[in-house]
Parts: sequence; C-alpha cells; structure tokens
Amino acid sequence: MLELKKLTKTYATGDQALKAVEVEIPAGQVLALIGPSGAGKSTLIRCINRLVEPTSGSVILNGENITKLSSSGLRRARRTMGMIFQEYALVERLTVMENVLSGRLGYVGFWRAFLRKYPQSDIDEAYRLLDRVGLLAMADKRADELSGGQRQRVGIARALIQDPKLLLVDEPTASLDPKTSRQIMRLICELCAERGLAAIINIHDVALAQMFVQRVIGLQLGAVQFDGPPDGLTPEVLTAIYGEEDWQATIEEVDEDDLENESAAA
Amino acid sequence: MPVVQNHGGPNGWKLHTTRQSMVRWFCWLLGVAIFLYCWNVISEATTWFFVWDSPRIAGDIGGRAMPPKWEYIDKLWEPIWDTLNMATLGTILALIMAVPVAFLAARNTTPNAYIIRPIALFIIVATRSINSLIWALLLVAIIGPGVLAGTVAIAIRSIGFCAKLLYEAIEEIDVKQVEAVTATGASRWQVMAYAIVPQIAPAFAGISVFRWDINIRESTVLGLVGAGGIGLQLQGSLNTLAWNQVALILLVILVAVVISEWVSAKVRGAII
Repeated sequence: MLELKKLTKTYATGDQALKAVEVEIPAGQVLALIGPSGAGKSTLIRCINRLVEPTSGSVILNGENITKLSSSGLRRARRTMGMIFQEYALVERLTVMENVLSGRLGYVGFWRAFLRKYPQSDIDEAYRLLDRVGLLAMADKRADELSGGQRQRVGIARALIQDPKLLLVDEPTASLDPKTSRQIMRLICELCAERGLAAIINIHDVALAQMFVQRVIGLQLGAVQFDGPPDGLTPEVLTAIYGEEDWQATIEEVDEDDLENESAAA
Repeated sequence: MPVVQNHGGPNGWKLHTTRQSMVRWFCWLLGVAIFLYCWNVISEATTWFFVWDSPRIAGDIGGRAMPPKWEYIDKLWEPIWDTLNMATLGTILALIMAVPVAFLAARNTTPNAYIIRPIALFIIVATRSINSLIWALLLVAIIGPGVLAGTVAIAIRSIGFCAKLLYEAIEEIDVKQVEAVTATGASRWQVMAYAIVPQIAPAFAGISVFRWDINIRESTVLGLVGAGGIGLQLQGSLNTLAWNQVALILLVILVAVVISEWVSAKVRGAII
C-alpha cells in the first residue's frame, strides 16, 4: 500500500537525515518507528506527505508516486494521509469543531471553508468522530481550553475526518502523562483496526510501542537498523539502535494485572 | 578576566579588569565633554533676551486665553467630527492596504524573497519615513484642500506602521499549526485563512486600535496645512491671536484624545 524506495533526505546544512530508506507497508498495518533523537523519524514521516521535500527516492502510495505529483495532485494525495502531531498542533484560537472540520479542507473550496459553510455530511461526521473520541460536549470550546489528552483526541478526530487510508503519527504521546499516553495509543490503534488504516507511529517509548503495534522499525542515523515484530526487540537490537544501555527494564513484559486495572479505570 | 588569581590566597572577583574600567571611565568623560560642547553651541545660537522674557510672554498669553471662549464650541462640533472621521477612515484605508503588504513582507508568507519582499519592505519604509503633515501638504497640492486630503494622508502614513507590526506578528506564528493544516491537503489560501489568520487576529486588532488612537492625535494638526478638521480652526485662531479660542480648541483636542485612549485601552484589554 505504501512503499518507500531509496528515500533520501539531505538538508541544506549537509546533514543526511535519511539514507536510502526502503520500507513497504501493507494496508491496515500499524507500525512503530523507533530510534534516538535525530535518527530521522520525523523527517521520514514528513517526507511521505512532503511537508519536507525528499532529496531523492520515491514514495509510492497505492501505486501513485507522491514525489512526482504537482501541487494540486499533492493536495489530493495529502487528503488520504491523516497526520497527528506531538504537541497536537491544533489551531489554538479556533473552536474544537473548527479544528475537526479543518480536516475537510482538502475537499471543500476556499469560500466554503472561509465562511465555515461545510456540507451537512461533514458536520455529521465531525459529531460522530467527536463522540467516538469522547469530546462531543467540547465541540464549542476553544482548542486552548482543553487538556493535553483532550487536545490530542481533537487531533485524532481531525486526522480521521479526512477519511484517510494512512495515518502519519509523530510522537503522539511525548507531551502526555503515562496513563493518557496509553489511552491515546490504544485509541489510535483501535481506530486503525476499526477502519482498516495503516499507520506509521513515531514513538520514543519502546515499551508502549511493544504493547500496541504489529511491527517495529528501528532507525539509526537515517538508516533502517531493525525491521520486525515487537518481540524481536532484544537488548542486542536496542543497543544497535540506541547504543549501550541496560535494556532489561525497558522491554520487560507489561503485567497482566496492570493492564486489567487500567482498562477498569478507563 | 574578572577572576583575580591570588597566589596562595582565595581567588578574588571583579566585574571588570583594570583595562576595561579605564576604557569605561574614558567613554564617560568623552560623553560629558561632548554634551558640554553642544550646550555651548546651542547657547551661542540662542537669543537669551527672548528666553529671559518668556515667563512674562507666557503669562500674558495665558491671561488672554483664560477663560476659554466657551460659546465658540458651536463652531467646533463639525471640525472635530471631521477630525474623527479622517482618523477612522484613514485607519481603515491603511489597514486594507497594509494587510497584503504585510503578507508580502513576512519571510514565511512572501511569494518571492528576492523581488517582492524588498518591494514590500520599501513600501513600509517609504510610507513610514514621511510625516503625515508632509503627506498632507503634498496631497493638498494634488487633490486640493479638505478632508479627503487629510484622510489619504493619514492612510498613507499608517500603511508602513501597520504593515510592519503585522508582518512581525506573521513571522512569529507557530509553524506547527501551519504544518498541521497544510497536511490536511489545504490550499495556500485555506492555510492562510485557517492557520495564519487566527494566530495573528489578536495582533491585528491591537495594531488597528493603537494606530487609530495615534491617528486621532495626528489628524488634529492636519488642518494647519489645509487638510481639514479642527486644525483649520486652530490655525485661524492662532493667526488672529484669538487666544481664548485656541484655549478651547486645545481643550477639545485633549478631551478627544483622552476618549480615544480610553477606547483603545478598553479594546486592547478585551482582546488580550
């Protein structure tokens, strides 16, 4: 479904953020991208929807080469890729509803968007999604009145209303507390399963990634260092990705009790 | 080297080295010497007789100005209304022109950093560097005396001010919000409307009211060069040495400015 072929990005400063990355992702697969800071995780997902222009290589989404698209073609392709951000990146001074509806910008014309005259079907879908992420009562609140976890839920609703085939998720839990982090990760993975979406999730928290995803890719200095199932992350592999450290605590299996308690609380 | 090494003893600390202290002391000396020299030059160019005489003259004019000629107010309602209109319409016109200039001048929204941005910056500098009184002089010559010349003078003078503050606000926006809206597949204009405009709206409102407040003060004097408003009455009264009318006009201007300050403070308080 998504294929990255020899994807390379060299910044103007000469830093090579991605070195001929080759990845293939089938439809519906949720994938975690791990690696130390500066390994190129953010650059990789931004190269997929060309928020960052790749230097060379290609991104093939459903048979279409994204890197070759004109600007209008790119806008059409971006509609099929929802993006979720580390610090939510909501438009702070707009309401929750406006933020969610902004996910439809690729589908409506300028004046409709400017005058907030969205089609009824979009509005229905926005309410459905807000209900799904548990924020129906917040629709009229301004985005900056919400807590971190709530904002990220709005971010998720904004990505999903695009009706995407693929989610690009950049550190969704980095600014959240541990419990909210799990809830957000669970919500993202549930929604992906419900809708059969593929997702690439950049994440620092290796244990959290192991809990939720089917596949892990480890990046190191812009190159793929590991590609396999989550339980393939042995101390040796983590050392290869991150460097020498005591990894035993990180990859320890999560207690069943702990999980049950948590789902009872949630 | 602020750290003073004492062999054997504890290390001392001074803010400046001896050399730095000397340089500073010398700079102060130079500054005082230049000030005294300038004072001397100004003193030689002053006719001290007039200066010594000034308290008496001021007292004389003050005496003639008091009490203000209250009944003259009937002739001031219309000019003060004109003045307010010049300031308000001038500000609105300026904002209409300043917004596109600001977007062309901001590094993150300009379509072309090598040709269009310098042009926009030039417009900002050019309109800002010429005083509104001079714009009014020019415009009175071009479009004739009256309120229109004053309004256009206010508008032109304000473009640079508004555009400069606005483009600085545009350059300071949070790029992540722009990135997020772009990622939905939004067009350039949609990104502007959804990610940039909401972020600069408070700055825009603040700048508008601030400039309107300044323009009320500027428009009171434009009449001096024939551009309409209360300045026309001021000039007439000054020329005929009708000091009690001048006193009333100054009072009216003061009240108008105080009211405009109060309004702009209220509006800015409501936004922030």
